[in-house]
Amino acid sequence: MPSTIAEKILAAHTPGRGNVRPGELIEADLDFVFANDITAPLAIAAFREIGAKEVFDPERVALIPDHFVPNKDIQSAAQAQIMRRFAMEMGIANYFEVGRGGVEHALLPELGLVLPGDLIIGADSHTCTYGALGAFAAGVGSTDLGAAMATGKAWFKVPPSIKFVFSGKRRPWVGGKDLILYTIGQIGVDGARYKAMEFTGPVIEALPMDDRFTISNMAVEAGAKTGIIPPDEITSAYVESRAKRDYQFYHSDPDAQYEAIYDWDISGLEPQVACPHSPENVKPVGELGDIRIDQAVIGSCTNGRIEDLRVAARVLKGRKAAPQVRLIILPATQAIYQQALHEGLIEIFLDAEAVVSTPTCGPCLGGHMGILAQGERAISTTNRNFVGRMGHPESEVYLASPAVAAASAVLGRIGHPDEL
Amino acid sequence: MKFRGKAWKFGDDVDTDAIIPARYLNTSDPEELARYCMEDADPQFVQKISKGDFIVGGKNFGCGSSREHAPIAIKHAGISAVIAGSFARIFYRNAFNTGLPILECEAAVAGIDTGDELEVDLDTGTIINLTKSETYQAEPIPEFMQTLLRAGGLIPYVKQKLSQETQP
Repeated sequence: MPSTIAEKILAAHTPGRGNVRPGELIEADLDFVFANDITAPLAIAAFREIGAKEVFDPERVALIPDHFVPNKDIQSAAQAQIMRRFAMEMGIANYFEVGRGGVEHALLPELGLVLPGDLIIGADSHTCTYGALGAFAAGVGSTDLGAAMATGKAWFKVPPSIKFVFSGKRRPWVGGKDLILYTIGQIGVDGARYKAMEFTGPVIEALPMDDRFTISNMAVEAGAKTGIIPPDEITSAYVESRAKRDYQFYHSDPDAQYEAIYDWDISGLEPQVACPHSPENVKPVGELGDIRIDQAVIGSCTNGRIEDLRVAARVLKGRKAAPQVRLIILPATQAIYQQALHEGLIEIFLDAEAVVSTPTCGPCLGGHMGILAQGERAISTTNRNFVGRMGHPESEVYLASPAVAAASAVLGRIGHPDEL
Repeated sequence: MKFRGKAWKFGDDVDTDAIIPARYLNTSDPEELARYCMEDADPQFVQKISKGDFIVGGKNFGCGSSREHAPIAIKHAGISAVIAGSFARIFYRNAFNTGLPILECEAAVAGIDTGDELEVDLDTGTIINLTKSETYQAEPIPEFMQTLLRAGGLIPYVKQKLSQETQP
């Protein structure tokens, strides 16, 4: 029976099943589960309530403090403490203390803990990031995660798939962020609700891993359950040296069924910006007009990887942030931070009068490390620009690539790197 | 199960940051979370509602983050059920898992205005608008979700399964 990559991965994890069809409810075996400092305390409470005494496999569970760390207040310190103590009690080796880890969706692939062909759930909506590796990865709530820590299983409704085919030639400064913002702008924030997105075509095949992570990361912003990129040589090169266990490449059959297929030539695509207050409110950067900014944020699980920092450094080298702009740069993991240091990127950022901080989700969700006051406006490489997302309900967030965010920081208004 | 109360209507794509802003996520205490329910969409929401009232949203209700704090905040604020055109997928799972009843019904969303008095029968999915003398029929809850609800949510369901497995 012809199947998509999403259907093949789900079937391979469902005991006794050769194939699965969209709409079916299945109970599947999980390869990896994890939670963070916001979602873990509720998951741990659910785990205890079940009466579970141990996690299904301490090697396949991760707990990652990243949202409100280094802890921003006493309450968030208490939440992180619940998770830390649980990790010790359960013998969970994949607990990554501040200074040894980073933002979950950058960290887990970097360490080879999530792999191609895996079925993964995480108590965080951006778990879909690992689709970039050719995995089926979906965000869930804490109760689902608590149950999964105990059983190693979760129920799924098999989603229909939508295929996106990107062809043409990318223009300078156009990367993964622009492709996914364009996609969300076209289909809307519920355009792929409850569905699997599959990103294909010559443009994707030529795209570096870090750009692929950015694309899969924001699949949830179109409502998707997961956003998968077919694994290839670029995937192999990334996972080979990192993988801690076996993995498998799955590919969609040529005659697999899709609910819709979008075929886009992106040769004319300019860098894209999502305007307040929805990720679907997308425009080419050239159409924005004079939008002054108070803050620029470069980082997060969407765009805090080394390639993102290299792009930002190319724009910022020998330049300074505009006097009224606060430029905040957050490498997504400790290893990325070190790499950036070795490559001289951190010096470029400091010379540009940026603050470079320890890995944290911090400002992305209005936690700490760069909160906006009433009436303030930011450009950010993060993934959401909902009302109040980065601070006061009357502040504004524009979403863009590291290239556009860096250029805007220098210009003092939202603009294209070529304007510098 | 039947509920009666007033409708509080919101638009499309109500996101989880609107339901419970992340600045309040440094706790998992349901009563504390409930105090800030819908704050960034309507700062007076919690003061205005009465126990048993309904939230009515458009399409894609609960989009955004996976925070289970969102359905928890709604439930503990005293809302008896959420009626929407459609729900974002993680919110949908979380609502059932935490015992917040939700119903999908576009006709109800089109017909209901803030302040309308509603009577909702969860077993049949029937929504009666007492103010406008209209009746709407919601999508039936899928069978698997009914199994979860009958068990009392995901945790009791898994508890049952685990105890079955350990029996000889």
